[in-house]
Amino acid sequence: MGSYILKRLVSAIPVLLGITVIVFAIMALIPGDPATAILGSYATPENVEKLNRDLGLDKPAVQRYFIWLFNMMQGDFGRSFSLNRPVLDEVLDRFGATLVLAGTSFVLCSLIGVAAGVVSAARQYGFADKAITFVVLLGISIPSFFLGMMMILIFAVQLRWFPASGMWPIYGDRNLLVLLDHLLMPALALAVVATGVVARLSRSAMLEVLRQDYIRTARAKGVPERGVIWRHALRAAMVSIIPVLGIQAGFVLSGAVYIEMVFQWPGVGRMLVDAILKRDILLVQGGVVFVAACYVGFNIVVDVAQSLLDPRIKT
Amino acid sequence: MSFLSLLARNRLALAGLIVMALVVLLALVTPILPLADPDVTNTGNRFLKPFSEGALLGTDHLGRDLLSRLLWGTRLSLAVGFAAAVIAAVLGAAVGIIAGYYGGRVDNLIMRGVDMLMAFPYILLALAIVAALGPGLLNALIAVAAVNIPFFARNIRGITVGIAHKEFVDAAKLAGMGDARIIVSEVLPNVVPVIVIAMSTTVGWMILETAGLSFLGLGSQPPQADLGSMLGEARSALITNPHTSVVPGVMILIIVMAINLLGDGVRDALDPRLRSGALTRPMAATMVQRKGPVPDPQGDNVLDLRGLETQFHVKDRIYRAVGGVSWGVKPGECLGIIGESGSGKSVTALSVMGLVASPPGVITGGAVFYKGEDLVGAPYERLRSLRGREVAYIFQDPLATLHPLYKVGDQLVEAIRVHHHVSDKEARAKALGLLKDVRIPNAESRLENYPHEMSGGMRQRVGIAMALANDPEVIIADEPTTALDVTVQAQILSLLDTLRREKGLAIVFITHDFGVVAQLCDRVAVMYAGRIVEEGPTQIVLDAPAHPYTRRLIACVPELGEGKRALHAIPGLPPAVNDLPPGCAFAPRCDKATEACRQGEIALDAFGARKLRCLFPETELEAAQ
Amino acid sequence: MSIALKLDALSKTFVVGKQLFGPPKGRVHAVHPVTLEVPEGETLGIVGESGCGKSTLARMLVGLLEPSGGSIEIAGKPLDNADPAVFGKRIQYVFQDPISSLNPRKTVRQIMEVPLKRLHGMDKAQRDRRISEIFAQVNLREEFLDRYPHEFSGGQAQRIGIARALAAEAKILILDEPVSALDVSVQAQVLNLLAELKQRLGLTYLFISHDLAVVEAVSDRVAVLYFGSVVEIGRAEDVFANPRHPYTKLLADSAPVVGRPLTAPEGRETELPDPLNPPKGCAFRARCPYAGERCGEEVPRLEGETQLAACFHPLR
Repeated sequence: MGSYILKRLVSAIPVLLGITVIVFAIMALIPGDPATAILGSYATPENVEKLNRDLGLDKPAVQRYFIWLFNMMQGDFGRSFSLNRPVLDEVLDRFGATLVLAGTSFVLCSLIGVAAGVVSAARQYGFADKAITFVVLLGISIPSFFLGMMMILIFAVQLRWFPASGMWPIYGDRNLLVLLDHLLMPALALAVVATGVVARLSRSAMLEVLRQDYIRTARAKGVPERGVIWRHALRAAMVSIIPVLGIQAGFVLSGAVYIEMVFQWPGVGRMLVDAILKRDILLVQGGVVFVAACYVGFNIVVDVAQSLLDPRIKT
Repeated sequence: MSFLSLLARNRLALAGLIVMALVVLLALVTPILPLADPDVTNTGNRFLKPFSEGALLGTDHLGRDLLSRLLWGTRLSLAVGFAAAVIAAVLGAAVGIIAGYYGGRVDNLIMRGVDMLMAFPYILLALAIVAALGPGLLNALIAVAAVNIPFFARNIRGITVGIAHKEFVDAAKLAGMGDARIIVSEVLPNVVPVIVIAMSTTVGWMILETAGLSFLGLGSQPPQADLGSMLGEARSALITNPHTSVVPGVMILIIVMAINLLGDGVRDALDPRLRSGALTRPMAATMVQRKGPVPDPQGDNVLDLRGLETQFHVKDRIYRAVGGVSWGVKPGECLGIIGESGSGKSVTALSVMGLVASPPGVITGGAVFYKGEDLVGAPYERLRSLRGREVAYIFQDPLATLHPLYKVGDQLVEAIRVHHHVSDKEARAKALGLLKDVRIPNAESRLENYPHEMSGGMRQRVGIAMALANDPEVIIADEPTTALDVTVQAQILSLLDTLRREKGLAIVFITHDFGVVAQLCDRVAVMYAGRIVEEGPTQIVLDAPAHPYTRRLIACVPELGEGKRALHAIPGLPPAVNDLPPGCAFAPRCDKATEACRQGEIALDAFGARKLRCLFPETELEAAQ
Repeated sequence: MSIALKLDALSKTFVVGKQLFGPPKGRVHAVHPVTLEVPEGETLGIVGESGCGKSTLARMLVGLLEPSGGSIEIAGKPLDNADPAVFGKRIQYVFQDPISSLNPRKTVRQIMEVPLKRLHGMDKAQRDRRISEIFAQVNLREEFLDRYPHEFSGGQAQRIGIARALAAEAKILILDEPVSALDVSVQAQVLNLLAELKQRLGLTYLFISHDLAVVEAVSDRVAVLYFGSVVEIGRAEDVFANPRHPYTKLLADSAPVVGRPLTAPEGRETELPDPLNPPKGCAFRARCPYAGERCGEEVPRLEGETQLAACFHPLR
């Protein structure tokens, strides 16, 4: 097992390098030069040239890439000009908030999604199946940002059950209860689409597994139906559900961008959108690379979980 | 057009289709409708409520007509969503087909690149692209299409790999086709349905994504309206004037939901597995719809079938897989049931304990008596308590029939503990004993093996051990050696024979191999088209078959030691069991058949120890006493 | 009599566990060097259990798999599949699974036309005439031509597969388990058809199967494969009736035969050797009751007059 984890970690290195190359290459597509973008169109040519030299932009692209990469490996992601602070500090501050939001949503969508899928498959064409199928269809069809807005309108404005926005109250204590109060609506809004996708896939994975010969064997042994569904079928279905959970983690991270905008959540997604609109390239680069790297790490966890579940994967 | 009729049969998909058609129609006629200019601001009339004079859906924060903006926005969102889907599908499919077909280094290189793109949470990539190209609807379209290419590529590659390894591709090579021609004329037609399915299920997603980018202000730029940017602009007035948000939001919901319904319908209609209803979950026990009288138990058989009928109901067709089968086994006896595929021998065996997959299987008549108790229609809990404890099964392919993710020992322990309240330790000790009973070397360490770590012969021994776990009275073995090599088969057969003599088991042995029946079984029943045509002591039936089918089937099988020779084939094919001829089912292939054979029911008559369903037997049989 | 097919030290090694960096984890010798000759007009049967390399051998012969060593000569010329439009006319293949060897999205006519068009460049009228001819030879009705493969039973589909192979007009046919997916009553029909075609068209067959009785019934000579090597080869009527190699005897004794009492020819559970870690010497040694010291050190070579066996302690 240890060697498998090590192997997965080693194989992540080229992926991480690839990510930096892709991000750098995309950013290199930017028309015009960033110095003009930073200084505005009224800057003097001298100032532009000086800034270009300061940023190392007068060097060839390949050299610039390696300087950027080398600095990043030392923890220097550059400096955000719009916020006037180191990129890494800002990203780390913001990423914590995103992690709380996306992590909660991910747990919600995994648990509810898988449970709904299993129940739906076990009661195929029954009332529960039809109800779940309908709710799931609604869930995957509604834009999460629209859902968030409607939730604010109903639960925050009309019913006043939850605060409409933010992660913490402006005044007052910062304890877990307060956090949960603020977290519930955005986390739910974010989880809805992913839950729908997980539930759909779990249902079809379960239906596929329930047709297998070893399920018939379990029944021929006299295993009660509950054991057939939850012990035999779900275990086997998890083999195809877990990779989808890995993909859904990426979707939840992505959806967080919208939800953070709607709920004014101080996360990394909102930071990125602001940075793009202000053309703060270093902040965009740094934020994208950092989040993508975390996602790569999460996928290693998924793979390890998969190999623990399925002995046929050689460790 | 079976595709369209299938789609139409799906009511939800039809509803999606109708809604979608309306939306598309509206979007198409928008330019000729008498609408206000969507981009003309009129701040004097801002935030008019819906149903106001001159503005059916009200106006937005700049006093623009919401209905007009909605229709123009829908037009734009639809166009962008479809365009993104088509671009992503075409490029992704091209990449996927090339990687999947050529394999090797090409595949490796392409898929590494795809993996890297998929290592991003998709929106980061889209944001990076928009950041580089600058906000704008066209750039958002490019970003959404680009981030979806890897998903298509990976999906299509998987399908293509499967097709490229199909034998018909090899055949095409040998028929003189080059690679390019094979891709276009052999691979592509098989991939297109998958591309269509993938596209129809992602168009909705693409519309959501482009709307999302516009919502963030990175897509369509003011004053141009698309549904996402309308929502984005309305957000600041959410609390005071919610209608400006609700109008575009509900429109997105309607469009995406209609597309998803339609997409599911397209998938169901195109996917052959779904089309044949294969993705239905088999129930815990076979459905029973018994019409007609229930026979009475008779004789001293431990397991006794009386006129069992099992059918498969697929749509409006009825397959009579088992058409009134009666047999019985006494304790310690081995009954062989022989027949070709489709003869109903396996379905008969599975019907005993209600293990026929249902739907589509239905037991429609007859009875299964276990020690005088009718199991057909018995409550599920009663059936379950007998399964494995009194009547146990051994199945054909031991790799598919053992759970791949549990250790062999755990599977044995479970088999014991579902019927007996014993501790895990006791059950484990018993499991060890079982493995020793079936002569598995190093039984102790084998308990910790997973099925895939064992050879086929070893796995089938585990299958036998599992059947023996609760000392059943009857074992039903459904082609237990068919998937095994001949040398392994010999070992397994002799093991079964030893065990049955040691433990006094009754065995029902399903097979298609006369050699196996001859060596193992006391009596044999021959099945054809869902019915028994002949039954009797094995030796006598094989030496002097009375039914023409039995005689000719035996003659078909080459036997070892006779050298090169021509075989006696039976012309024609077995009848389809959803379209059985009246009278004898074998008559169309039989050279002795007369008019009498082709009409009316021909009974299975007893002649001493033998039974026969034929008007013109091959040998003279004495009538029953 | 000229030689239709000549294999000289033909071998195949698969690399397993290929890694991006570093050497592969292991090599599997699927086919050890095999030397064989098939004279024109003969049926050579190849028999062996799963994993013995018989399908790998067959696929190499028709150029679907690149050999790792040795050479193949077809009718005196070395195998050259650079131009598929020429190669297909020299040797053809009949597949095990009749349904999956037919493209599900093409009609039978479209399938039949490919070799006629690509290999023989026939025009529409010629093709139609030729298809009628071939269909008559394999007893198929012409109304089948406009149907799709899924509408056929296994036996009919296998006839279509044979018809396609015949369309190429190659004189050598590799038959890879052509009847193992079929029921016995249909199996006999197809075997008889193959025998008749061979007679009428003067074909040469390489017939691969795991079914000893079937191989014996159709072949002139039989080669027994074990663990990638030919362990015995001889006339069909002799090989199983009077085996020389202990493995051949084990196979013959294991086949269930009506009227022979049930015995396990091997007392204990035995397994094939690990292909990643093959034993030294004779691969059958661990299962062989006659194995001696020499068997563990050297690999025996095929020796004998008409019935050759690769064994240091042959039974005859």
